[in-house]
Amino acid sequence: MKDEGGRRKAAVSWRRTRGLTDTPFHYCPGCSHGVIHRLVAEVLDELGVLEKTVGICPVGCAVFAYNYFNCDMIEAAHGRAPAVATGVKRVLPDRVVFTYQGDGDLAAIGTAEIVHAAARSERFTTIFVNNAVYGMTGGQMAPTTLLGQKTTTTPAGREVSVAGFPLKVAELMATLDGAVYVARVSVHSPKHILQAKRAIREAFKVQLDGLGFALVEVLSACPTNWGLAPPDALRWVEEKMIPVYPLGKFKVPEEIS
Amino acid sequence: MRFYGGKAPVNKILMKGNEAFGEGAIRAGCRFFFGYPITPQSELPHYLAWRLPEVGGLYLQAESEIAAINMVYGAAAAGVRVMTSSSSPGISLMMEGISYIACAELPCVIVNIMRGGPGLGNIAPSQADYFQAVKGGGHGDYRLLVLAPASVQEVLDLVGLAFDLADKYRNPVMVVGDGILGQMMEAVELGPAPEVKLPPKPWATTGTAGRKTRNIINSLYIEPEELEKVNLRLQAKYRQMAEEEKRWEDYRMEDAELVLAAFGMVARIAKAVVDRLRAEGIPAGLVRPITLYPFPDGAFERAAGKARAFLTVEMNAGQMVEDVRLAVCGRRPVYFYGRTGGMLTTVAEVAARAREIWEGLK
Repeated sequence: MKDEGGRRKAAVSWRRTRGLTDTPFHYCPGCSHGVIHRLVAEVLDELGVLEKTVGICPVGCAVFAYNYFNCDMIEAAHGRAPAVATGVKRVLPDRVVFTYQGDGDLAAIGTAEIVHAAARSERFTTIFVNNAVYGMTGGQMAPTTLLGQKTTTTPAGREVSVAGFPLKVAELMATLDGAVYVARVSVHSPKHILQAKRAIREAFKVQLDGLGFALVEVLSACPTNWGLAPPDALRWVEEKMIPVYPLGKFKVPEEIS
Repeated sequence: MRFYGGKAPVNKILMKGNEAFGEGAIRAGCRFFFGYPITPQSELPHYLAWRLPEVGGLYLQAESEIAAINMVYGAAAAGVRVMTSSSSPGISLMMEGISYIACAELPCVIVNIMRGGPGLGNIAPSQADYFQAVKGGGHGDYRLLVLAPASVQEVLDLVGLAFDLADKYRNPVMVVGDGILGQMMEAVELGPAPEVKLPPKPWATTGTAGRKTRNIINSLYIEPEELEKVNLRLQAKYRQMAEEEKRWEDYRMEDAELVLAAFGMVARIAKAVVDRLRAEGIPAGLVRPITLYPFPDGAFERAAGKARAFLTVEMNAGQMVEDVRLAVCGRRPVYFYGRTGGMLTTVAEVAARAREIWEGLK
């Protein structure tokens, strides 16, 4: 292929997804939010549902996600996204509704909201980003912080006698009858990114088929608050997080398996 | 027996206050209710739990008042008329969400059947949430429109008005009652169901289909310049409310020299006090604020011309009296009488206090 000037023209092999706006991400270098945003956006675009989607953002690093997802968006109070999503989906059952929440938002302050939304089997999809730390507020201990992990509020490492154990959200959610699709994925390597996208697509398919509540937990790197270079942070996901938070599909409805 | 179909002309029926809140909402076109159980407002959700499905609506019990108000936030963002109800401690839990709803400028109606406080308090009637309702309650510079019905009939009427005002101003509206109003039955005239015209809500987050731009419901403005602009816009809206929405009732005010002030059920007691004082030759009158915010200060300003003294009567330790004092602005003495903890004021008690004040003026 050549252009008008006779120069060789490169074939388009990659396109920006329609699911994202042109606004540059505010995320730190090496943060996984950008990848996870893109996966969700690509799935919404590929399923052809962008124009009937309403997303709910959390409070935390993804608080500005309404600037990025190219669909109607609502900014919720800290932890309350599942309740807000419930309100939207009950009013508009034919729209696609998702919440995008971090570990502080979903697994600490919003535990009641996510558990009961799942128990009611609300027909929306939750993308739960677990990076084992509070990013936005300055690297404090999260409910998912690993034992021994140093944070700004566990300077000597998380100790069981003081701060208890990490919360395993996917396992917890899988015990609820109303949560019909539960998976944990990671985005620390290209292979894992592709697997993560498949899981996210399935979680939205579950919603489109009206099967019930679906949640995908995504392990995510936070080089800034972990004090690691981006490549080291990806290795830390592989070596430290996955042994505690094993990847896999905890629940898949028969209809899509 | 179901007699609310609007088919047969209904003259008068007996209705419980709490149920009237529910029926008033349905007649206003509200089809979504999210709430959490608490006494003494229980009959309201009980009523809507069967009545809403009957008209194709949804009653959903939330896991907490926090969740309930955030479901309201979501439903309002999706563009429908939506209501929640609770009682004092539950309303405290909703304050976070109410602040967000106020900033995001979403219309909704919140009912507070006030009970004794502070803390867990008790389930007896109270008006001790006046400050919380009219002065903020949640964080930040915001205002609710606050309506205070004094009879079951007025509940029906004001709940309809509440939805209209919520849509007109894109603002949460609170309707406050107390355990007496919620629990008692009175004869009400329902009449044929009014025709409800729901205003278009082009700002609602319903998906972008058919629209060129995305809708975003938000209360986050990280740049101070932007947030100040939002606040100035909200304040302009509150000023417009103050200009257009003040409502009150004057009772025997033509020549009143001793002016009582009371809202909600206490105003019913205060009317009896006025009648008793008049029978004794004391020229008493009553100003009953119907909107607690915006406060009908003009009514008190005007009354201060003829009045020699004011007596504010409340079921709390003295809350609305501060707004009466602001309105009267030192021109006349403003006295207070109240009972707290769920104790009721009686006609005899209030009349005795009023006579004392009257004697003191001589």
